[in-house]
Amino acid sequence: MIDDRPTILRPSYDVVVAGGGPAGLSAALAAREAGAASVLVVDREPEAGGVLLQCIHSGFGLHHYGAELTGPEYAQRALHEALDHGVDVLTDAFVLDVRHDHELTLMSPRHGVTTLHARATVLAMGARERTGAAIRIPGDRPAGVFTAGSAQRLVNLHGVLPGRRVAILGSGDIGLIMARRLTLEGVEVVGVFELLPHPNGLTRNVVQCLHDFDIPLHLSTTVVGIHGRDRVDRVTVAPVDDQLQPVLGRAWDVPCDTLLVSVGLIPENELSQQLRLRIDPVTMGPVVSSAMETSRDGVFACGNVVHIHDLVDFVSAEAELAGRHAGRYATGLRPPDDNVRLQSAANVAYCVPHTVSTDREHVVYLRVRRRMEHCLLRLSTPDGRVVHERRLRYVVPPEMVNLRLRPALLERFHGDALLVEVVER
Amino acid sequence: MTSPSTDTYAYLCIGCPLGCRLELDESDGEILEVRGNSCKKGEEFARQEHADPRRVVTTTVALEGARWPRLPVKTAGTVPKALVRDVCRALAGVTVRAPVASGDVIVADVLGTGVDVVATRTVAAATEARAR
Repeated sequence: MIDDRPTILRPSYDVVVAGGGPAGLSAALAAREAGAASVLVVDREPEAGGVLLQCIHSGFGLHHYGAELTGPEYAQRALHEALDHGVDVLTDAFVLDVRHDHELTLMSPRHGVTTLHARATVLAMGARERTGAAIRIPGDRPAGVFTAGSAQRLVNLHGVLPGRRVAILGSGDIGLIMARRLTLEGVEVVGVFELLPHPNGLTRNVVQCLHDFDIPLHLSTTVVGIHGRDRVDRVTVAPVDDQLQPVLGRAWDVPCDTLLVSVGLIPENELSQQLRLRIDPVTMGPVVSSAMETSRDGVFACGNVVHIHDLVDFVSAEAELAGRHAGRYATGLRPPDDNVRLQSAANVAYCVPHTVSTDREHVVYLRVRRRMEHCLLRLSTPDGRVVHERRLRYVVPPEMVNLRLRPALLERFHGDALLVEVVER
Repeated sequence: MTSPSTDTYAYLCIGCPLGCRLELDESDGEILEVRGNSCKKGEEFARQEHADPRRVVTTTVALEGARWPRLPVKTAGTVPKALVRDVCRALAGVTVRAPVASGDVIVADVLGTGVDVVATRTVAAATEARAR
């Protein structure tokens, strides 16, 4: 099979991509199409595809491939496209280190510890799950507490159930998807508990994963205790007040043998930190230009390693940009400069990329801090002059907003910073 | 004669990430009006969901002779929502032997729905995998 072609490692490549999920594969394809003679994707799993391999549900690819695909199908298409365009894919290999002079150290069973040189590097290592919430919950430390994503991997790749009677903390998409997945495998899902007063995942997941199966969703509720000797035997939950503080006097016990925690993802940025890249403290990923270049020349980044995405289709679009510029960089063409800094203001948690230019077209991705209806997405100068406005029906934190910026919109703007905000009408 | 009463049903559209809140009015078995949709698909969804709610089912089946013990599968189209759990029960007894290609039919016409269950991942037989 294609995945198992032996890869002969060269001492140097035009572009090396760390991570073989949808971001890495799309970036590698774009790098080849942009003229890079040799492109290597390095992935730590036995097969490339990233987290998509465990996302067996559908809903991927509506924009990028014009079809409704499951995660593995999307991954397979991305992998085949890359391989068909002469990208080398090395699996079962771990990038240990990337130095500022583009020397990468890899570790793999097949090749041992090797160093390679790259003209340009693309970081596409994806994300990991937050575990802090689980660690901080008071009580015992029995077996039976998992992050929702690791439970997904256990069920879908290893054929192992995490438990028989499951409580889920967090109504993010992974928690909702697992509520359905476990129910379909005969597990009793006793409830989903969400700290905030509204669900954290896409509405269609609330419908298809909870409503369809009559799984209770307890909003404004959190887990305040885990109990059990060797194994979880119950969790204590409590409603929270306006300040999101638990009202312990109204706590109640939920018998269960498993707790899944689904409270968010953060970029996997060990390599980004080793490279001492400028990091955005809100996204926890590298600061990037409109070419998806980080603060180090020739080091690009894309996908969940930059900011956590909702739709893989936008990951592929962002990765194409990173890969194209990495490929061009490898042939001696520096990415064009940006001349405008984007600053997140009212109700905007962050925007990516962090800089843009007034002479090219860009897609800016942003996320709001809190839900708002009938609002305006506004670009203005720091002293308050409105440069562009767009009406939005509603915005919620779990759904990223895309802003298409064309040079025409910025014709009358001559500053070097633009405030990006979302305000009520 | 008393006039028939109109009932209003609420649905959340799953057609796209907007998730419009739909309202459908029905009287005496006839759908009168759909409100709240932002596009035609939303109106179609409300009507379909009201009359005959359907879903795509995704799950895994047992896999032998490969690196992984599970093969992800999906129904090639939607099946009646009421049959979703039955489809999964029907698949619980199925074992596939590698190699298998994405798109291969695993169970044809599952539970007489006219919809096939197909593999969504191409998996090599373990003996073809390169030695470490």
